[in-house]
Amino acid sequence: MDFLTFMQQMVNGFSLGSMYALIAIGYTMVYGVLRLINFAHGDIMMVGAFLGYFGIAVLDLPFAAAALLAVVGSATLGMLTDKIAYKPLRNAPKISLLITAIGISFFLENAFNVFFGGVPRAFPVPDYMSHILNLGGLVFSVSSLLVPIVTLILLGGILWVLFKTKYGMAIRALAFDVNTVNLMGIDANRIIMIVFGMGSALAAVGGVFWALNYPTVEPMMGVLIGLKAFAAAVVGGIGSVTGAVLGGFIIGFTEVVVIAFMPELGGYKDAFAFVFLILVLLFKPTGILGYDFEKSRF
Amino acid sequence: MISVKNLHVYYGLIEAVKGIDFEVKEGQIVSLIGSNGAGKTSTLAALLNSVKKTGEVNFSGFDTINHKTHTLVQRGLALVPEGRRIFINLSVEENLRMGAFNNDENYERLREVMYTIFPRVKEKRNQMAGTLSGGEQQMLAISRALMCEPKLLMLDEPSLGLAPKIVGEVFETIVKLKEEGITILLVEQNAFAALKISDYAYVLENGKIAMQGIAKDMIGDDTIRQKYLGG
Repeated sequence: MDFLTFMQQMVNGFSLGSMYALIAIGYTMVYGVLRLINFAHGDIMMVGAFLGYFGIAVLDLPFAAAALLAVVGSATLGMLTDKIAYKPLRNAPKISLLITAIGISFFLENAFNVFFGGVPRAFPVPDYMSHILNLGGLVFSVSSLLVPIVTLILLGGILWVLFKTKYGMAIRALAFDVNTVNLMGIDANRIIMIVFGMGSALAAVGGVFWALNYPTVEPMMGVLIGLKAFAAAVVGGIGSVTGAVLGGFIIGFTEVVVIAFMPELGGYKDAFAFVFLILVLLFKPTGILGYDFEKSRF
Repeated sequence: MISVKNLHVYYGLIEAVKGIDFEVKEGQIVSLIGSNGAGKTSTLAALLNSVKKTGEVNFSGFDTINHKTHTLVQRGLALVPEGRRIFINLSVEENLRMGAFNNDENYERLREVMYTIFPRVKEKRNQMAGTLSGGEQQMLAISRALMCEPKLLMLDEPSLGLAPKIVGEVFETIVKLKEEGITILLVEQNAFAALKISDYAYVLENGKIAMQGIAKDMIGDDTIRQKYLGG
């Protein structure tokens, strides 16, 4: 293994990890405010990827406009699922919420299967995205460079919202105490809806990036990616946004490194996220950056 | 300011408040006193529509029936909840910011006012609120509630779990707030301390009003002395 190959794998890991990170943030934020593992989140990502596909292939939009359509469409869908499915259950046992999330997940997967078929569709990647750059022997596509850069910018944006705006403070306060947030004259339900919107928008970015790098979309694509991003959120410490990003990178890097250095284990690449999940649950259930349940979040 | 008629509060099949009438006049301190489980906290929750209730609540000229908790707070009905419930994972200053969520234009001015009234809160403004002592947390909870410039400030057991000296400070603060023109509804188990600073008081017993009157007269009343003031 020479230095160049090593660097090449690092770039790949960074790119893959960014996509997991983008999706993991949504899991962790919704968990923070509702204590809900939103199992429909991976499918929101799938819808985002499909909307990007429709934007380019059907509406003939430029890539940026299609991506915007995906982000806005997914954010709206995320907020709608909260309003229709989760909001009526605010005072119900958490298990009802969890079962509802699984229901929404099945609904989205099967609705897309019925209307658009289960056959993977080729994602129309714009030429400039698949353009190969060669930096001193280091070879990568424009899109695999774009993914981590956009992730870092979005992460900066999310942290700024959480720590510098009153809405972000309300999100953090909500993670601690819903009733007292209402006593501040704040509509807690509105804040929860904003969290769903933000998480779903990020998932859509992740979905469109995924479709750029592995250029197909299909209705079940959110299942495995969603589960791995969920594992990333738990590994990083569920409830912590920076933890989710860290967890995403750890799992992304592991996958890439395992395939690169131990090709004979390549068939097990999907298992590593879950090995990490089990190890974390065994030895540090709060995750790397996670706090004690009733203490600070984010 | 607020008048309540035939208020009932239910938790499932249990009736916690069984038809009470009371009112708080502008500029007064009114106390609801009574032992644990008498229905005091439930009454406050009912005023904010955060529990199932029946009856009529008229707050500064409008019927509160169709309002949710957060819109009532926006209209000037603020509560300092039992146990203070400050946001321990936010800084002291962020707690104040949350209190002024719908009051952006006055936030900075009010914050400085609170810092003048509560210098200890100012000293610790950049610390996590969870690091404050019980008394400081109570001061923070009161100033946080004042950040929305309420017409009526409701305090639920502000003396709970505090050292006697700190309890004195909290009650002095309440009197100071009254002098500033804030109307106060005070819920307390510490009947003597509450009666000393109140204008009018109601005694709750098993969800009903057992007695009411001018606070100063009640301190001298024999029944009250025996039941609530320890002889």
